[in-house]
Amino acid sequence: MNKPLRRIAIFCGLLVLTLLIRDNWLQYVKADSLKEDQNNRRVTIARYATPRGDIIVGGTAVTGSTQTNNSGLNDLKYKRTYKNGPMWAPVTGYASQAFGANQLESIEDGILTGNDDRLFFRNTLDMLTGKKLQGGNVVTTLNAAAQKAAYDGLKNVGGKGAAVALDPATGKILALASYPSYDPSSFAGNSDKDAEAWKKLQKKYNPDDPMLNRALREVYPPGSTFKVVTAAAALENGLYTSADQPTNSPLPWVMPGTVTELKNEGNIPCKNATMREALRVSCNTVFGKIGADLGNDKMLAEAKKFGFDSEHFTPVRSAASVFSDDMNKSQTALSSIGQYNTAATPLQMAMVAAAVANDGKLMKPYMVDELQTSNLDPIEKTRPQELSRPLSTQNAQILQSMMETVVEKGTGTRAQIPGVTVGGKTGTAQHGVANSKNPYAWFISFAKLKDGSSPVAVAVVVEDEHANRDDISGGGLAAPIARNVMKAVIGNRT
Amino acid sequence: MSSTTNSPTHHTSTIGAIGAPSRRNTELALLVFAVAIPVFAYANVGLAINDQVPAGLLSYGLGLGLLAGVAHLAVRKFAPYADPLLLPLATLLNGLGLVAIWRLDQSKLLQAIKVAGTTAPRQLMYTAMGIALFVVVLIFLKDHRVLQRYTYISMVGALILLLLPLVPGLGANIYGAKIWIHIGSFSIQPGEFAKIVLAVFFAGYLMVKRDALALASRRFMGLYLPRGRDLGPILVVWAISILILVFETDLGTSLLFFGMFVIMLYVATERTSWIVFGLLMSAVGAVGVASFEPHIQTRVQAWLNPMREYKLSRTVTHDGIVHSDQLQQALWAFGSGGTLGSGWGQGHSDLIKFAANSDFILATFGEELGLAGIMAILLIYGLIVERGVRTALAARDPFGKLLAVGLSGAFALQVFVVAGGVMGLIPLTGMTMPFLAYGGSSVIANWALVGILLRISDTARRPAPAPATNPDAEMTQVVRP
Repeated sequence: MNKPLRRIAIFCGLLVLTLLIRDNWLQYVKADSLKEDQNNRRVTIARYATPRGDIIVGGTAVTGSTQTNNSGLNDLKYKRTYKNGPMWAPVTGYASQAFGANQLESIEDGILTGNDDRLFFRNTLDMLTGKKLQGGNVVTTLNAAAQKAAYDGLKNVGGKGAAVALDPATGKILALASYPSYDPSSFAGNSDKDAEAWKKLQKKYNPDDPMLNRALREVYPPGSTFKVVTAAAALENGLYTSADQPTNSPLPWVMPGTVTELKNEGNIPCKNATMREALRVSCNTVFGKIGADLGNDKMLAEAKKFGFDSEHFTPVRSAASVFSDDMNKSQTALSSIGQYNTAATPLQMAMVAAAVANDGKLMKPYMVDELQTSNLDPIEKTRPQELSRPLSTQNAQILQSMMETVVEKGTGTRAQIPGVTVGGKTGTAQHGVANSKNPYAWFISFAKLKDGSSPVAVAVVVEDEHANRDDISGGGLAAPIARNVMKAVIGNRT
Repeated sequence: MSSTTNSPTHHTSTIGAIGAPSRRNTELALLVFAVAIPVFAYANVGLAINDQVPAGLLSYGLGLGLLAGVAHLAVRKFAPYADPLLLPLATLLNGLGLVAIWRLDQSKLLQAIKVAGTTAPRQLMYTAMGIALFVVVLIFLKDHRVLQRYTYISMVGALILLLLPLVPGLGANIYGAKIWIHIGSFSIQPGEFAKIVLAVFFAGYLMVKRDALALASRRFMGLYLPRGRDLGPILVVWAISILILVFETDLGTSLLFFGMFVIMLYVATERTSWIVFGLLMSAVGAVGVASFEPHIQTRVQAWLNPMREYKLSRTVTHDGIVHSDQLQQALWAFGSGGTLGSGWGQGHSDLIKFAANSDFILATFGEELGLAGIMAILLIYGLIVERGVRTALAARDPFGKLLAVGLSGAFALQVFVVAGGVMGLIPLTGMTMPFLAYGGSSVIANWALVGILLRISDTARRPAPAPATNPDAEMTQVVRP
């Protein structure tokens, strides 16, 4: 009877061995993915176990933390608070006990909670000295005055829209506003009140979709502002080498392969106009024909150099702007004046203005300047990074002077700032079936100081459902907002 | 049979050595650790949760020490040659279980849903009752062979115990499994006791029938096939297991009893064919029942896709099935523990909610003690089982061998089924980790089980009556290999 007994002993050993192997699989191999699973409540508990680190703008925190009522069943100790929530929401995103986190609050969660691996050494030290775990801070590149100018400007106009300002030389994001916005404080907790506030903000219940980050995640037809890209393509491909040579532009112009005339807005002098003049009065025929002459491939290549057709991570992801790659000549012509399939995020158009202002060098846009420990020691600093060179220095300067003419005596006069050279381009993009919806008013611009440096480039887009359709034009609605943002950045540097 | 049929190379393990040390002092030394470790763990939980050593530390330590001391003295007096490891190992598990239960008592979440709060004192009472039964077994069961007389009474007793949960007004349906009975404010799991009683019946029955079952067989394709009429008993046990599965919808209990029987049948007859038959029959039975029993199907679904079950548990479903996120919560607990665990009192295994301190208690150990802790605990279980099987090897009578291997095998299967279920290796069943989990029936029955094993090992290791002095003995040269 002993032989089977020995075998049973082995069998029982194998049962235990199987359990040991399974446990190693579970607690070693799969441990991290289980631990970091967003559905794992522990992730949320850890996120609010200590006062969360802050998101900082210009030395001041725009976020905070308060202790929640922890007497009952609430297992989350702290709650996020926001200062000027609606204004900063497109930058911070939200961190809600009940509804998770997004944007910076989610991307830099490890730093803000203090659980990031880069804080390991400090945490170990703190543990030894008996200090409680504290979250680190995220220092942004934003400029509070510019952000306020952008948000207030959009709010005063009262329509849906967004504004983005960049530092052309570095790619720092200076302003990132979206309207209508939301207050992330309103649903930061997990009470019924928070749930109610959250529900009201959802697109299903609120057609204005206030939680959409229009500056990064919404694409709009860029309209005439795209003509800057088309002009850049013409210069770069040698189609025209100067802003002041007459272009080969018949009027009326029938798009190739069709019997349709491309129309201009009103009776403007576009026949064989120079590019400077065509940009000043915004000739559809001149830039449409440039697009058709260059063809889809060359236009696409230039658009891609400006950042079209790819997502950008600031580190918050922005949607990819669109310039299509399989168009015939007439479609390319329409796309080259910012219609047809062409669509761009406000960030993308700000990148276009910034690249021109920075003498043709496009810098990668970013909004996190530095990550800090809780006692302000730097952990990581973002270095400016070149993304591409859509223009040669010479061509960039030609384009700058063309855009300056637009503001000086063209459609963008309302963006003028005394003592500062401003270049810009207006745009009025039609949309909806048979252009039935209200058009979008665009304005992109840059400011140049006396020393020739350019501290800011801006893109503003506004859709105003309430306004009279005729009133909407980039020059009328969007340009003053852009001007105020630029003024806020320049401050007293003039 | 016993020592006489052994090959000479193995007899050191089976012959009761003359004048063998009783090993009681080893047991005492080990017991000191088995009490000290849980006491430190208890202090640790208090420091982690309330920043202070728990007020009950002294009484808890003294209580556990007292119980272990009583058990040790009983063994010293009534089973002096018993295995020295079993008692300390069981005490250690029981003590750690108490700490984990007390730790979960501190959870506001579990207090609010009335799963925990005052369970630790009750568990301490159950432990006392378990050790009392352990002592009673040692005192009154002078020789385990006495149990042989009650073979058929045991059968009737086991059947009654198994059927009790089905009695209307007595049985209770908890989360789909009907394995409980309620008497007053107590709920009892008769299956835990049936395990022991059934082992007695199987051992007695197989000891008598083993020759018939083993020898009357035909050889077919390398297997010895039993005669048709000898298939009777295995078919009956199989049928009973299937009935348990169908009416009590408990896969674990069913698997445990059938597995125990197959193990004992194999040991009794030394016929591999029984194992093959057993595996085939359990596979057919399990698949057959699962094809029409929705509760089993739910369990299997939850096992295959715990995440889906977690999501369903958080939405309103209209399929009439109770979806539970317990398994996914347990997996998260294990994963979050990682290699070294969060430390006592610093995990969140209370998120498992219902049964966090009973069926799922292993997840608390997994999260707070980590991979290292769970491996240690599994090895302790492995040691208990192997000491049990070793007792079977050492036993000199077939009944003792069968009973010891039956009890150890059942213990091993139970550990496997429960731990495997909680760790997502096999579908969840409604059983609890012996000694660790909260539950009176489990603790009391398992202490009785350890008592019986100690009795068998005491009988096995007790020195044989001294042989008549042989004047030539000193002259004989013994050559040892």
